[in-house]
Amino acid sequence: MRDTLGPPPQRSASRFSGGINRTVAPWRANTVPYVSILIGSLIPALFLAPTMPLLPPLGFMMLVGWRIMRPGFLPLWIGVPLGAFDDLFSGQPFGSAILLWSVTMIALEIIETRFPWRGFWQDWFTAGLALVGYILLAMVVSGATLTSYLFLAAIPQIVLAILLYPVAARVIAWLDRFRLARSRRVD
Amino acid sequence: MAPPSSRRSSGFSKRAQYSVFTGYVLAALGAVLGLALLALSLWQPPALAPLRGGANDVVSPVGEGTAAVRSTSNDVWDTISAFWNAGRQNAALREEVEIARIRLEEAKAVEQENERLKSLVALSESQIEPVAVARLVGSTATSSRRFAYIGKGRSEGIEVGMPVRSARGVVGRVLEVARRSSRILLLTDTESVLPVRRSTDETVAFAEGRGDGLLRIRLINLGLNPLEVGDVFVTSGTGGYYRPGVAVGVLSELTPDGGIARLIADPSATDFVSIEPIYEEAATDSALVPTETTLEEAESDR
Repeated sequence: MRDTLGPPPQRSASRFSGGINRTVAPWRANTVPYVSILIGSLIPALFLAPTMPLLPPLGFMMLVGWRIMRPGFLPLWIGVPLGAFDDLFSGQPFGSAILLWSVTMIALEIIETRFPWRGFWQDWFTAGLALVGYILLAMVVSGATLTSYLFLAAIPQIVLAILLYPVAARVIAWLDRFRLARSRRVD
Repeated sequence: MAPPSSRRSSGFSKRAQYSVFTGYVLAALGAVLGLALLALSLWQPPALAPLRGGANDVVSPVGEGTAAVRSTSNDVWDTISAFWNAGRQNAALREEVEIARIRLEEAKAVEQENERLKSLVALSESQIEPVAVARLVGSTATSSRRFAYIGKGRSEGIEVGMPVRSARGVVGRVLEVARRSSRILLLTDTESVLPVRRSTDETVAFAEGRGDGLLRIRLINLGLNPLEVGDVFVTSGTGGYYRPGVAVGVLSELTPDGGIARLIADPSATDFVSIEPIYEEAATDSALVPTETTLEEAESDR
């Protein structure tokens, strides 16, 4: 009969860790969230969606995800620099993401103090509300002529954004494990 | 279990209270700054364009790569779907080719007659040379505005207002130019208005973007709506930006004041676009002169 147990793990529990005698690399622990948000802002600009908005605001999703899953890591004012970067590529008038991201950070901070202990469903609900609000408000400030067709065209994007939040949460959890992996050799 | 530091209320520690308060103040100031910048860029759109242009200069080479991948993946998908419909399509195409051959002969006759008539009035056909040929490297896929980016800019001679077209028809026009990239206002954006006419006669209209991928055709002469589903609209040349006779859209639905049209040149299906010079620069310049002053006065002021 085959041995179903398999060989013992060669490395420690975390996939990214280099084994014993390693510690967390500080530059990695401090930069991964920001880099992932910046990349999230950049990705939609590389897709071609000529007929209607299609992709969820990935940068904003990453921001909300990191804020909800790692409370206290992102400073409250981080919406300004990250929003400015997002505005460079999103096609929105410059300043819209600075405003909306800052307001989101304040709102999430208030929710955080009001409901310190939350479950995943509650987080998904909060993030969903934030995404719907963000997409609609971004449309209002975009400078486009507001018509009912514009709102109808945004529905697939809104649905996609809400449904993609759990995926984004898994990606952030993976990035968080990568961020805190013990990779630096202790001398 | 004690809550992590972020979930602890600041309690009696003055230092912790101040740092929380400072965070809120900074974030609120950031929001106000964002509001001010937003108001500035809605009021004066070109004010912050150099910033955006510089950023796009840096990113557009990456877009060239994704654009190449996109065009190959489109080809693969087209091949698969073509294989699926091969039999039915073959019969339909055969019939179409027969008709097209007949039309081609007719067109040759018309062309010859055209040439004869033109030589009578001594008109010479001038071929418009594109300023540049570029790939669409990206678009604003999350925003409700419809912009696209190309990886060529001022250094190739592209200027604001130049029409952008693909082999099939009009794609849009250049809105902002940076050194090595430019931003294009696509026809589907709600701020895009294009003067068009029906290809078969002189029925003139405006084609406005609706924001959901369709064009709204608004007739200039209201009254009985002469349009029919399937009518093809081409640029009329009015306004001076686009040269006349380039395909824009096909009417798919009738409304009381015109209709709804589908794009002929879908930018997501096009690989390369050509940027053409402004058709009649004098016309676009004269549009900037206020109605109170005559064109001669404006000329002498320069």
